[in-house]
Order: sequence, then structure tokens, then C-alpha cells
Amino acid sequence: MSLLSNTTVLLGKELRTEFRSRELLTTTVVFILIVIVLFSFTFDPTADESRRFGAGLLWLAFLFAASLMLQSCFLREQNNDTLSALRLSVTDPFAIFLAKLAANTLFLLLTELLLLPIFAVMYNVPVLPVLHWLVLVFFLGSLGLSVAGTALSAISAQARMRELLLPLLLLPLLTPILVASSEVTAGLFDRSPFVQWQGIGFLAAFDVVFLTALWLFGEYLLEE
Amino acid sequence: MAPPVRSSTGLRFENIEKRYGGLYALRRVSFEVAPGECVVLAGRNGSGKTTLLRIAAQLVRPSSGKVDFPQTAGSEGTRAKSPGFVAHATMVYDELSAEENLLLFARLQRTPKSAERVEVLLREVGLIERRDSLVRTFSRGMRQRMALARALLHEPSVLLLDEPATGLDPQGLAWLTETLKSLRDAGCTIVMSLHGESEISSLATRAIRLDAGAVVADTRAGVSVHSILTFADA
Amino acid sequence: MKKNVLGAVAVVLLLGAAAYAAFFIAPTDVKQGLIYRILYLHVASAWTGLTAFFLSFLANLMYVWRRQLRWDALGVSAAEVGLAFTTVVLVTGPIWAHPVWGIWWTWDARLTSTFVLWLLYVAYLLLRTLVEEPDRRALLSALFGIFAFLDVPLVFGSIRWWRTQHPQPVVMGEPGSGLDPTMLRVLLFSWVAMLGLMTLLLWQRYRLEVLRGEFEIVRREAEAA
Repeated sequence: MSLLSNTTVLLGKELRTEFRSRELLTTTVVFILIVIVLFSFTFDPTADESRRFGAGLLWLAFLFAASLMLQSCFLREQNNDTLSALRLSVTDPFAIFLAKLAANTLFLLLTELLLLPIFAVMYNVPVLPVLHWLVLVFFLGSLGLSVAGTALSAISAQARMRELLLPLLLLPLLTPILVASSEVTAGLFDRSPFVQWQGIGFLAAFDVVFLTALWLFGEYLLEE
Repeated sequence: MAPPVRSSTGLRFENIEKRYGGLYALRRVSFEVAPGECVVLAGRNGSGKTTLLRIAAQLVRPSSGKVDFPQTAGSEGTRAKSPGFVAHATMVYDELSAEENLLLFARLQRTPKSAERVEVLLREVGLIERRDSLVRTFSRGMRQRMALARALLHEPSVLLLDEPATGLDPQGLAWLTETLKSLRDAGCTIVMSLHGESEISSLATRAIRLDAGAVVADTRAGVSVHSILTFADA
Repeated sequence: MKKNVLGAVAVVLLLGAAAYAAFFIAPTDVKQGLIYRILYLHVASAWTGLTAFFLSFLANLMYVWRRQLRWDALGVSAAEVGLAFTTVVLVTGPIWAHPVWGIWWTWDARLTSTFVLWLLYVAYLLLRTLVEEPDRRALLSALFGIFAFLDVPLVFGSIRWWRTQHPQPVVMGEPGSGLDPTMLRVLLFSWVAMLGLMTLLLWQRYRLEVLRGEFEIVRREAEAA
């Protein structure tokens, strides 16, 4: 199926480009770290409070990081007009989006997992017993961030003030992810951890809704 | 340059209109390019040359009208390939090497035996020595060769070029003229926009001038290529 | 011209009747007294705002399909009108909450969701100011408008599900559950009156937008010449 093969080839390109320079990954990791540290100055990170607030702060940091990281997604295709080259070469324009959102999800997930141990140490939250559940909620949440972010970055790349515009468009849209993800994560950080299944289901629903919308309307986002 | 299969594909514009919020970039442009013709599109900046070429490349949708690639009798049954397009921008990735770029596009286009095809093309455009260098390090002339290589990956029978001579030094210009000449002689249909007379325009078998989005002169009507290119009235 | 005046008069009469009903026909609430009557303005505005946003969503879909600028004009007009009604909701919320609970903002699920809704459509309007070319502006804002509206049920759902676990003052009871039948009737009538106002504002704004579009075309042609 050419959609799958196109997506794989493009995903390879996205990964190769990023791992060559690693600029997105490093800046995103450092940014989240700064946010987490700064947050800790605003309240007393004792064990009890950090469990309650920690999950929310973590996801807020992820959201901010995503809205910055995703700016370059389509901006870098304006360099040398490579977007036109892609449009000419692929059979289904949705492959371009699939590849980018897969790459973005991967990058976000990587930075989140990298920062998890640091967060756990700083805020005294045990994460090892619930690690597999955390990976699941991180994945579903990051997928949602990526789908919405990739779509909106295609929009903001065509407007003025594009760096400021993306967070403005994206952050209100991602409220459901913030609420659901931090709820599920808070449940996992609790003294007696539990899995909020409605939350997981909700995140999956968000992902499906926006993936479908992107599939239906993606080609219009790329129109010249 | 190894010639492609003898061309059997032409290009036809039928009543092409393009409006941008009420302003007309193209007004009812209609003309036909016969297979194997080498056409030069002349006109001032803003006359619609780029828009017309991008519509032919199917990057821009016309507000109305359509573009066809009629095939000559005997070659029906084989689907017309999409045209090759060389734009103002190079349309290749600075952060990838020459070979990586071409392999990427070859695989996306499902070119059969992509690795070999890429090798052949790199040799033909004279970039085989720099196959592993990042495009970021290339000169303007070398980038132009990359752009052309990318456009020719799928062996198109129609080649569209938007002001390909811009920024080229005399060597680059000579190489481009040479390359386009052999493509033309092998039967490739070529449509390119140019600013004025130059070495390249001598390849043209026909010229068309656009002004404010409409065709105002055509060598088919008896005007000379020279006068179209120099904006002199016939 | 005559139709406009007739329409305006009809809407004013409807609104007047609704106000009368809200003050004199609706029964008194034992706990909250007079202030609860703001519910008829507050809730009716919320429903009207959502109706306007839904119309904007439909207009956005039509634009993407048909590419006629009048759909874009309808889309932005409906979004602006929706935003106006949503602002009323956000303002009447605190006005209601303060005398009843002594606090201005209650983080009630619906009010919070309405705030996010408000932000989404402010973003929609902001996006439009940042794109020059009319066709491009129409397409990009239509696509964002579609995504934004698809998000609305998700926003309301997530906030309602997880942000109402903690005990908090509820700005209004569930409509239709425990609401006095007379109150419900007055509320529905208020909504109808609001819809009348919405239609009037929408029509005026739409015509203004169409004229503005035509003017912009003429101006751009003059500049290009």
C-alpha cells in the first residue's frame, strides 16, 4: 500500500534529519527541565503536595514544550520549498502528515521519558511500579499533542507571526489532553496508584477524532 | 545525457483562470504545446508565468479550466507520467546529502530500481563526486543540477522549468543549455519561463508572451521568437 | 430597509417579552432570591453562543467544499456573534456567583469550559488578522474553525468529567432535572428571543462582511494597477 510505504520513507527522513542535528530534542528536553525547576519555586514540593500538583505541572510542561517544538514542523519545509517536492512525489498527501505526526509523537515521548526520572527524583514520586502505565498515558497524550500540533503547524506556517501563533491556536485546543492526561497521571502517582480507564479511553477518543479530521482535511492544509 | 523514451506527450491549457481574492493572476489562458516542442514563456514579473507553470505541475489548482497531457496515437494505454518540475527554489533538503535526497524522492515516487537510477542521474548531472556531501554545501550551479536531477527521476516526457537560468554563472548556463538540448533532441516536451534572450532561449522552437495573465503573443501566429523575448512589437 | 426595521422591532418585542417573563412569570427561588433570574440571560446566552458557533462550523465546511467567499463571510460573522454571546455568559457568571456565594469566579465545569470556548474563537479571529490574502485567510480560518468546533464537545466532556469531582458551587442546576416546569418554559422562551437577536446581529454582520470583501477587491485592484 503506497500510503504505508510513503509514510515509512518520509518518517525515515524526519528521523534522520533530527538525529543528525538533535537540535529539536535537546532544546525541548532543556526547556521542559527549566519549566519543571521553575514550577518548583512556586510551591513547596513536599511529598504530599507534589503528588497532587506534580502530574498537572508535568503535563503543562509537556504542552508548552510541544507548542514550541512543533513550530518548525512545517516551517522547515518552506526552506527551499521542499513541501512542493513532497506534494509532487507522494501519492497521498496524508502520508506527509502521518510521517510528521509519527516523528513528533516519538520525539515528544522520548523527551518525556528522559525527564521522568529527573521529575521523580526532584518531586519524590515513585514511578517504577507504574512505569508501563505511564508509558501508555504518555504515548496517548503525546499522540494527541502531535496530531493537533502537526495540523495546526501547517496552518500557522502560512500566517504572519507564526511563532507566537501556534501556541495561541494550539493551547486552548489541547485543554482536553491536559485535563485527561494529568488526571490519569495523578492517579498513577497516588499513594495507592490506580489506572483511570475512562481517562485512557478519553485520550484514545481525542486521538481518533483528530486523526480522522486530519485525514479528511489534510490535503486542504497543504494547498497553495 | 541518456535520452528518455521518445516523447509522445504534449501539454494543453484550456481556459485556465486563476483568481486570488478577486484579482486575476491568469485570464482564460488557452494554448497547446505539441509533443517534442520546446516553448519559452516570456513576460514581465507578475505576468502569470510562474502561476501557469505551477498549475501545469499540479501544485496549484486553477479557479477554472483544465490542464491536459494529450498523448499521441499509439501510446494510449500507457498512463501519462506527471511532468517534471524545476522551480525557482531547489526543492531539495539542505540537511541531506545529494544521494539521500534523490533516494528519498525516488522511493516516494516508487521508481523501480531506485538506487541504480539515482546513481545514473548523479553521474549525468556531474554530482557523483559529491554524492555524500550535504546540499547545504553546494553552490548555486550545483543546486540547480540537483533540482534538475530530482525533476528527472521518473523520466518525465514533459519538463517544466521556472526561470532556470537565474543566478547561474556562464559555466552553469552552458551546462543547462547542453542538458536541455539533449533532452529536447530526445523528444522531451519542454516549457520554460525566461526573462529575456540568452543562450537557453536559442533552444526554443516556439515562444509565448504573457502579460497581466493573458497570452498576448505567440510565435504560432507568425511573430518571431526574438521579438517575443525582447518585448519588441512584431 | 423596511424588512430590517420590522426585524429589529420584532426582536426587541421578543426580548422585552422574555425579560417580562423572567421577572414576573418565573417563580421565585427560595434560596437565591431575585438574583437567580439572571439564569435566563446566562443560560440562554450560552445556548445561543453555541448555536452561533455551530452555524460558523457549517459555514466553514461549506467554504472548504464550495470555495465561495460568502461562506467565509458567514463563518466569521457567526463566530463573532457567538463570541459576543459567550462573553455575556462569562460576565453574568461572576455577577450571579458573587451575591450568592461571595466569590467572583467558581471554576464551575460549564463556566470553565465556556472560557476555553471563548479562547478558541478569539484564536480563530486572531488567525484571520494574520493572513493577508482573502482566499488563503478564508481557507485557513475555515480549517481551524472546523478543528476548534470538533474540540468543543471534548473540552466540555473532559472538564465536566474530571473537574467536577471536588465539591464546588454549581452555577445552575441540570436543565430539565429538578428545574421547575415554569422555569424551563421561561428559559426556552428566553432562548428563542436570544436566537432572534442572534439572527438579527448575524444578518447585519454578514452583510457588512460581504460589503467589506467587495471593497477589498476593488482596493486591491486599484493598488495592483
